[in-house]
Amino acid sequence: MASIWRYILAGLGLAALLAGIVAAVYLTLPQSASGPDISRTKKTANGLFVASFEPERGVVRQGELQSWLLTLKTAAGAPVEGAAITVSGGMPQHDHGLPTSPQATDYLGDGRYRIDGIKFTMSGWWQLRFAISAGAGSGVVVFNIVL
Amino acid sequence: MRLTSVAGLLALAALAGLGGCGKPQLSDAEKKTIASLALNTLPSLKPDTTNQYGDAPAAAALGSTLFFDGGISRDGTVSCSTCHKIDRQFQDDLPQAVGVGHTNRRTMPLAGVARNPWFFWDGRRDSLWAQALTPLENPLEQAGNRAAFAHYIKKRFGERYERIFGPLPDLSTVPANASPLGTDAEKAAWNAMPAGEQDDVNRVYANIGKAIAAFERSIEPQQTRFDRFAIDLATGAKAEGDAAFSPEEILGLKLFIGKANCVTCHNGPRFTDNSFHNTGVPPVDGLPPDRGRVDAVAQVEADPFNCLGKFRDGDESACRELRFMVKDGPQIVRAYKTPSLRGAASRPPYMHAGQFATLDEVVAHYSKAPLAAEGVSEVHPLDLSDRERAALVAFLKTLSD
Ligand code: HEC
Ligand code: HEC
Repeated sequence: MASIWRYILAGLGLAALLAGIVAAVYLTLPQSASGPDISRTKKTANGLFVASFEPERGVVRQGELQSWLLTLKTAAGAPVEGAAITVSGGMPQHDHGLPTSPQATDYLGDGRYRIDGIKFTMSGWWQLRFAISAGAGSGVVVFNIVL
Repeated sequence: MRLTSVAGLLALAALAGLGGCGKPQLSDAEKKTIASLALNTLPSLKPDTTNQYGDAPAAAALGSTLFFDGGISRDGTVSCSTCHKIDRQFQDDLPQAVGVGHTNRRTMPLAGVARNPWFFWDGRRDSLWAQALTPLENPLEQAGNRAAFAHYIKKRFGERYERIFGPLPDLSTVPANASPLGTDAEKAAWNAMPAGEQDDVNRVYANIGKAIAAFERSIEPQQTRFDRFAIDLATGAKAEGDAAFSPEEILGLKLFIGKANCVTCHNGPRFTDNSFHNTGVPPVDGLPPDRGRVDAVAQVEADPFNCLGKFRDGDESACRELRFMVKDGPQIVRAYKTPSLRGAASRPPYMHAGQFATLDEVVAHYSKAPLAAEGVSEVHPLDLSDRERAALVAFLKTLSD
């Protein structure tokens, strides 16, 4: 009898140890990588335009007003000129909008538009949504930015 | 008996593996966040191109004189330092400030203030120098008027002023008291002044703000126990003396940057995102309605001393905060500026009208997250245990020692 208890208790102890190790490893691992699609080039939902979105100075900095470049091409690859662009967005996980109201401020040629006044005030998952309307039609594209 | 203790020992070993010998361990992600909060990541202060005198020592010296000078008020007794007390982190420990009258908001501490894009709890001014002009004429604060200030500067500080800003205008025909914002008599006197004269007075007035701002640029946050802890953590040095955190302080820090989500708004080395949020802080009975940021938008746009106005130095590229500000929408209703938490533990009460008397009350508020009186609160109930709430408070105190 006694020896059976000995094994059961030792087994329990070992199981607890194992659980501890697994939990410790799990807690210190970086969070799972399956986040939102963060590609910087996307088609509008209706496939009319191909949009690329890049920070103008290359790096994304939290808490600074920044300008980004939105490059618009038709599906055939021709630059889209004279587009009217409105910007909205926010943080889907925090239910709040953007802390600033970014605008398309300049057309730089070759389908490139400067989007100024972007500010990411916290780390996490941000979305920027562009409603684009040009001679060829209109479309919407959403970029995910995670920082 | 002996057998149970073997199993118990094993279970204890497992617990120790989890808990790091009683002290919670910090993950790499947590260490990165902690490093981003440390004072040594604060960049050096950028020049304010809208104030060409911002880094001129003579302007800062005059600004400092004016900051502490009761003469620059209606009754000759209230200065900036009446409310922004130099030995009290430039605030006054009151729920609502008292100047010539009783105001509706709490005096804000000034450490690091020159780094703000927006000023006041609701951000109704967009530069440090434009901010300084507001209390000077506010009937509840210094209650003066700009014509009187121009005369006062000429009489008391004429020479010092002219060495910095150039010749004072001819004020011989300017009324003793006049302002577009004053009493009816002061408004009438202002409206009777020729445009050129109004401009002259406004220019002197703007320069008073620029001198005071130059002084305020020197008020910076100090290193705290938290910063020493963060530096040791980053360099891998063993924390010594007061830089070592107790298990309770570590737990509080982990909650702050983790489960309690405080760091989403209180981030960066100043513990603020410089933005506006509705956090469901209740209004104070008996004070006039206060809607926060949503009512400040029109005020900053209408301010003749704002970045787009003619009293700005340098070019318009400095005005992007104003140009790209959010002007409407539910998210700015009863939204207030995220305050820095540095030094907060030693300067109660808290919030824009001193709603909470202690940090315990503040943390209890976040734990419960009541609905906002108007608009929508961005904070959600955390249901923290007593131990967790106490740990958060213990951590906040490390930002004051
Ligand atoms: C009667 C007390 C009182 C006086 C006098 C006073 N202030 Fe203040 N100060 C306050 C209060 C209250 C607030 C917040 C007001 C609000 O949000 O509406 C404040 C806010 C500020 C801010 C904004 C800080 C921030 O982080 O946004 C600055 C800067 C400031 N005051 C500087 C000054 C200067 C400079 C003077 C003198 C020209 C002055 N104050 C005079 C009470 C006072
Ligand atoms: C959604 C953004 C947000 C989050 C999340 C947040 N805060 Fe705040 N905090 C604010 C704002 C905005 C204020 C000022 C509110 C007011 O005056 O009405 C504030 C005020 C405070 C104050 C008072 C400081 C002072 O000088 O009056 C303390 C302390 C504080 N927060 C601590 C915390 C802690 C601890 C947490 C996490 C449990 C937290 N905050 C989470 C935005 C936030």
